[in-house]
Amino acid sequence: MKCDLIIAGVGGQGIISIAAVLAQAAIDARLYVKQSEIHGMAQRGGAVHSHLRLSSNPIASDIIPLKSADMILSVEPMEALRYLPYLSREGWAIANATPFENIGNYPSMDTIRAAYDALPRHILFDADALAKELGSPRSMNMAMLGAASHFVEMPPEALAKAIHARFISKGERIAELNVTIFHAGREVAKKATEKSMA
Amino acid sequence: MTALIEQGTLLLGDEAIAQAALDAGLSGAYGYPGTPSTEIIEYIQKAPEALAGNVHREWSANEKTAMEEALGMSYCGLRSMVTMKHVGLNVASDAFVNSAITGVNGGMLVVVADDPSMHSSQNEQDSRYYARFAHVPLLEPASQQEAYDMTYAAFKMSEELALPVMLRLTTRLAHSRAEVRRQPVLPKGKVVFPTNKRQFILLPANARRNYVALLDKQVRLRSLSLESTWNESYDGTDKSCGIIVAGVAFNYLKEIYGGTQFPHPVVRVSQYPVPGEMITRLARECDELLVIEEGYPFIEEMLRGIVDMGLKVRGRLSGALPRTGELSPDSVGAALGFDTAAHFSVPDVVAMRPPSLCKGCPHTDSYLFLNKALENRAMSRVFSDIGCYTLGALPPFDAINSCVDMGASITMAKGAADAGVRPVVAVIGDSTFTHSGITGLLDAIYENSPITVLILDNEATAMTGAQDSIATGRLERLVLGLGVDPEHFHVVTPLKNQHEKNVEVLERELAHEGTSVIISKRVCIQATKRNRG
Ligand SMILES: Cc1ncc(C[n+]2csc(CCOP(=O)(O)OP(=O)(O)O)c2C)c(N)n1
Ligand code: SF4
Repeated sequence: MKCDLIIAGVGGQGIISIAAVLAQAAIDARLYVKQSEIHGMAQRGGAVHSHLRLSSNPIASDIIPLKSADMILSVEPMEALRYLPYLSREGWAIANATPFENIGNYPSMDTIRAAYDALPRHILFDADALAKELGSPRSMNMAMLGAASHFVEMPPEALAKAIHARFISKGERIAELNVTIFHAGREVAKKATEKSMA
Repeated sequence: MTALIEQGTLLLGDEAIAQAALDAGLSGAYGYPGTPSTEIIEYIQKAPEALAGNVHREWSANEKTAMEEALGMSYCGLRSMVTMKHVGLNVASDAFVNSAITGVNGGMLVVVADDPSMHSSQNEQDSRYYARFAHVPLLEPASQQEAYDMTYAAFKMSEELALPVMLRLTTRLAHSRAEVRRQPVLPKGKVVFPTNKRQFILLPANARRNYVALLDKQVRLRSLSLESTWNESYDGTDKSCGIIVAGVAFNYLKEIYGGTQFPHPVVRVSQYPVPGEMITRLARECDELLVIEEGYPFIEEMLRGIVDMGLKVRGRLSGALPRTGELSPDSVGAALGFDTAAHFSVPDVVAMRPPSLCKGCPHTDSYLFLNKALENRAMSRVFSDIGCYTLGALPPFDAINSCVDMGASITMAKGAADAGVRPVVAVIGDSTFTHSGITGLLDAIYENSPITVLILDNEATAMTGAQDSIATGRLERLVLGLGVDPEHFHVVTPLKNQHEKNVEVLERELAHEGTSVIISKRVCIQATKRNRG
């Protein structure tokens, strides 16, 4: 098993939680893990990303080499595109469709969509809406993690367990809600791939 | 899935260092925040064993005070550690270089985190030069486990050599997590003073003796480097090129070749001074050498020397690798002839997303009244400093003319006032003020220099993650205690509804032919959140 992911977003959008859950679940499954993050000025709305590497063999580099990421997972639509040179030929770009517009020259959603359409494998869905609908707008990142999990060779129960453990300090209800949203995100990816297979 | 490895703990490189120091019987951690080193002390501040064992773990005023505090603890026979970012070592260098002359008593580890690519720094200086300059041994881990193991071993090494030991890491390792396995917890030391009463008294007569002893120790350091298990030679059949690799670049080499079965002979350097004989052997058997090191071309420069001995050396100086910035598996791969061209490129629609001040940040209001007061004064200059407020350099503020090093705002403003420029403003954060702004303000007060110092007191060291600021709760008294004229001292609140009043206060002080201080005080949004959460 080997899975290299770039997780992207804007400071404060919760990419650290995504990486932490995946990493913990991988450790529990006795996999090797490396997770590198560049968060220099994260608290102030800049672009942030994390390299997450999971493998059944020892991992050498903390950074994923160019053109070898199995996935770019982004909680923001424009941010995923920033890291495309890392994507392998067969890799997936999976992104939240709700833009985070804190800059004056933010591109139009149409041009962003066009950039996704040029990629062979991508899923762009509104994770903000999904999380809101299920009653926890702040859990958008768990919906994204759910979508990603469809492509990660790891049992979903293991991930659900890691999510539960991460949020239990905020109460059983919040922990359960995050797990539910994770499963909903996973369904989105499942359906999207079924559609593209058909 | 099968069980592959025994479970350890997932730790950042920084955290691995912190845990190792605690496990090795640390009595005191000292430091000043600075990316990417901050998480070392933060980890110790949260560690239950540090609380239970009363390990010192408060932030110091700056890196120099931290280094001296650590040296004081070492003098007493206890194990101490001091942490900082690379530029922090510039501040601490007087203490650092002289701690090599005094030597240590209890084990003392100096941890310095370099920031190649300047992810959050004003330069990418390489701390290995400092270790050589001070004649102390240096360890450079490539993995989180090595960061742990080297830290754990360093205290004993320091005690055996009676020298401070330096550990250098870079951003990638500092801020990357991997599983780390711990070693047995050692007991903390007991107070035992140095047996040689003159060891720490650097009067010239003693210092000369100590310096000769330090030079004599270099033989020992070189043989330790040769024996070190962290300096390794790997055989390789293709001797057209020999590879010297240091720091995290070793990971990239392994990534490229899928392990340590390298086609070329490789010497890996992670304990310094550089193991000369290992490199000489490699140079003898190979047609040329490729030096892959994170940071400046430290080893490459040593190999090239001045006299051309016909040795072919490739690296950052030759252009085989980029001269600046962090290395990557891609740049290392390219130097070894691999095709690293990507399949997908960044589409044109992607726009830069620079950091900006948080919504509701007090600095925003401070810059608004500063800009208003300076409107239509083309000859005015604003010397700023390092912190969140440095973002005042960017639109929409465009409010500052300089940011050089911590503390340089007040002193550069004074220099500009000495040059006859009016009005001159210094903008400095509360933590930067206590770090190294205070001494500059003393200079200004001494000459009653016509400058207006605006201290942005957000009650936090915000830039590095809202650590406590030692100025909090005592800044007004501190400033007045330095001798600022109370007539020209004000505390204002940076809020929209105070804007006019703040402009007025500032305009009045800009006209004053002497030193004024205005504290603009409102708490950082992130610090508030943290204190609540
Ligand atoms: C010598 C040195 N040490 C540490 C740092 C890292 N650093 C940059 S700004 C800063 C503190 C800023 O605090 P403050 O002045 O209170 O401003 P704020 O960020 O809170 O606005 C630190 C620790 C540095 N750049 N240089
Ligand atoms: S972290 Fe604090 S000081 Fe820095 S920009 Fe945000 S609110 Fe302002």
